[in-house]
Amino acid sequence: MGNVLEVVGIEKNYPGVVANRNVSLNVTEGSIHSIIGENGAGKSTLMKILYGLVRPDAGSIKVFGEAIALKSPQDAIKLGIGMVHQHFKLADNATVLENVILGSEPTRFGFVVKYDEARKKLQEIADHYGLEIDPDESLANLGVGERQRVEIAKVLFRGAKILILDEPTAVLVPQEVEELFTNLRELVKKGLTVLFISHKLDEVLSIADDITIMRQGTTVATRKPKDTNKKELAELMVGGELPKPRAGNQKVSDEKVLAINGASYVREDGRQILSGVNLEIHGGEILGLAGVEGNGQSELIELIMGLLTPSSGTVEVLGLNATTSLTRDIRNAGVAYIPQDRQRDGLLMTAPLWENRVLGHQFAEPLASSIWVNKGAAISDSKRVVDEFDVRTPGVNVLASALSGGNQQKFIVGRELSGNPKLIVAAQPTRGVDVGAQAIIWDHLMKARSGGAGVLLVSADLDELFSLSDRIAVIYNGSIVSVLNPAKTTPEALGLAMTGAKSA
Amino acid sequence: MMKSKIFWGTVAPLAAILNSLLLVYVILKFRGVDPIEMFKLMASYGFDPRNLVSELNQTVAYYMAGVAAAIGFKMLLFNIGIDGQYRMGAFFGGVVGAAVSLPPILHVLLIILTAMIAGGLWAAIAGYLKVRRGVSEVISNIMLNFIAAAIIAFLLSPSLLGILPEGSQTLQTREIPASGRMPTIKAFDSEIYTFLFISIAVGVAYWVMLNKTVFGFNLRATGLSFRAARASGVNAPRMIFVTTVLSGAIAGLVGIGTLLSDTHSYSMAFPAGYAFTGLSLALLGRNHPVGIFFAAFLWSFLERSAPVLEFEGVPPEIVIVMQGAIVLSIVVAYEVVARINLRQQQRAVGSVAVDSSITKEAN
Repeated sequence: MGNVLEVVGIEKNYPGVVANRNVSLNVTEGSIHSIIGENGAGKSTLMKILYGLVRPDAGSIKVFGEAIALKSPQDAIKLGIGMVHQHFKLADNATVLENVILGSEPTRFGFVVKYDEARKKLQEIADHYGLEIDPDESLANLGVGERQRVEIAKVLFRGAKILILDEPTAVLVPQEVEELFTNLRELVKKGLTVLFISHKLDEVLSIADDITIMRQGTTVATRKPKDTNKKELAELMVGGELPKPRAGNQKVSDEKVLAINGASYVREDGRQILSGVNLEIHGGEILGLAGVEGNGQSELIELIMGLLTPSSGTVEVLGLNATTSLTRDIRNAGVAYIPQDRQRDGLLMTAPLWENRVLGHQFAEPLASSIWVNKGAAISDSKRVVDEFDVRTPGVNVLASALSGGNQQKFIVGRELSGNPKLIVAAQPTRGVDVGAQAIIWDHLMKARSGGAGVLLVSADLDELFSLSDRIAVIYNGSIVSVLNPAKTTPEALGLAMTGAKSA
Repeated sequence: MMKSKIFWGTVAPLAAILNSLLLVYVILKFRGVDPIEMFKLMASYGFDPRNLVSELNQTVAYYMAGVAAAIGFKMLLFNIGIDGQYRMGAFFGGVVGAAVSLPPILHVLLIILTAMIAGGLWAAIAGYLKVRRGVSEVISNIMLNFIAAAIIAFLLSPSLLGILPEGSQTLQTREIPASGRMPTIKAFDSEIYTFLFISIAVGVAYWVMLNKTVFGFNLRATGLSFRAARASGVNAPRMIFVTTVLSGAIAGLVGIGTLLSDTHSYSMAFPAGYAFTGLSLALLGRNHPVGIFFAAFLWSFLERSAPVLEFEGVPPEIVIVMQGAIVLSIVVAYEVVARINLRQQQRAVGSVAVDSSITKEAN
């Protein structure tokens, strides 16, 4: 089969920044072609160019053998290029069908929507490509994986032959990822072509027919999965060898840094969120908390941080009763908190980095002395964090919102690990960050553990759980359903436990 | 970086003022008068030394309203209750000041403290309702403004705390004795309120509190992101309450310059409308104490010099048009500046990302 997409010598400059240079790419019809690279490697720019959102400064694009110049996404859609965005663009209070046809409704007289015809067409698409969707279901009832299918159906409804998926698995749990891959394989079997952007190497190796690696704005290599491995891909992405998480010798101390006893939490609306949770973490160990999002992890974290009061049971953090203590006292006692939603809970987006360094440390030396904020110390220590954690920024006066997500996360982790915390509550610490940043963050968490800190690692990333955890507790529906030894369990068994199935 | 901050901070308000001048120019042109002549007339009247003094005295009141609004803005609070808080402050300042006799400086300090407490307590009602009951401070404050005016009118009846001086139509509080008055500085046959210095001190204290102290950091953090502040250990709801009270306490000072240096009693003739003015000034001055001061002076200047246009057949309300246009333009201008800044920073960040990966490769 021929190439459906040929990209040669694409270049895109923003003032002072080369976003893409010398980018070349050949995509075979009926294949899944993955594009991988670190945050800021130029993947997004390339996708925006292919979807007509951005115009390149140089280079040529051929779609189905024909040279084209895309001026807008409408042009791209006409040519059969569709984009499934990472953040869904769907209306919650409409049905699946309404969402799918929104913006390209088949109409009679130009204004009466022909719902029956649309429903029939959507059903045909769903049947043809094996997408399980109910056109009349309300979108509000759908989970993340189902929403993604709606997005895909939306693109197919507009006649796309080439689908661009921007980090589609970032929001999915392992089981949903499998379903997505089944769907994608079905799509290419029927002759469609999929461009799959990712930085998760395992997934790419399992799904892609071809893998193109980008680094510093350019395409550096293309590989077939059978001719390569994770290590090579990672090295191509970062342009060198990755720092490895050092296992270090583990010295679990007797000190309990966290002791949760029979903690339950009932929400105001009467829903039981947590029931009878027991957990213990000692200094010098990493306890992984595995679970599909929304099974009570967020509330459990808030109990530990003193942001929420349990309905019953006790939470003891570094000897403090978290139920009656203020968050600031818990933090001052030596608890670090890496929140899951970094932009909402971890940063002041419109404040400079050095002020963000103060956040969470404004109640104690060295960043505060009596009633004053110690700006000098904050600035110099921000610089230290920027250096140690390889945060890519021109300085510490830059607003947090100007940094990319991965760099924001590195900064947060660096901040939280300052001052040798004794308990680290890390929620999805490497979600959405590239392998380079992930390696740095993992390395520092391991270092903190060797230094005697206890870590609660809340994660949905099996790789992360297995790489770091000394024990893995599985939370399902507000209860701890099992505690596993990562050396004696498999990812499959853990994935199964996360969905609530009784492990064999 | 610092230089460009000052540059952009000045360019935006200047652009807004220019924009509104253009608008007024067009309006005056339609009116059939020579706009340039009118502007010259306003300038020569407004910059007349005697008028400058009265503008400066008015600036002091506006400045306090602006600072009070700015403290609220830093917390994303829209303190439209400045009117009620200022009335409460001036009224109780007047009542307490007339009721006691103390040595001079102490007497004045007591009045100022009373005014701040009265304004702060009045604002505390809105603060409590917001934090505990989720009532929007805009709604509660608007109602509290009416309630404050009504309570004071009631208390000013001669059988209670008010008096009606002979030959006067206006109820007022008893006169504050000499020990409770603030001196004035004689200038150009006029008198400058010495409360000016206190208002400047308040402005400096506001800046130091906001930018140098942990309390100010927590205040700004809560305003920027309630959730992030809470996660960092700030008692965010309490912070909102305290900020509301603080804003009210400053608002309580709005009428004190007039009270202590001019009228020596609170009366029904004390003007209304400080809330909107204060909010506009904080916006124009970008919540910065120096910016708010210039904004307050500009407002006083415009209001003082507008009536002169009446001699030329131009209604002085043209000044309200001008003020409105400035406020609207400034909102747009600041948003544009904020976007330019963010884009510049993102570019700088982007070039670093590429540079550092290139140097990494070279190593």
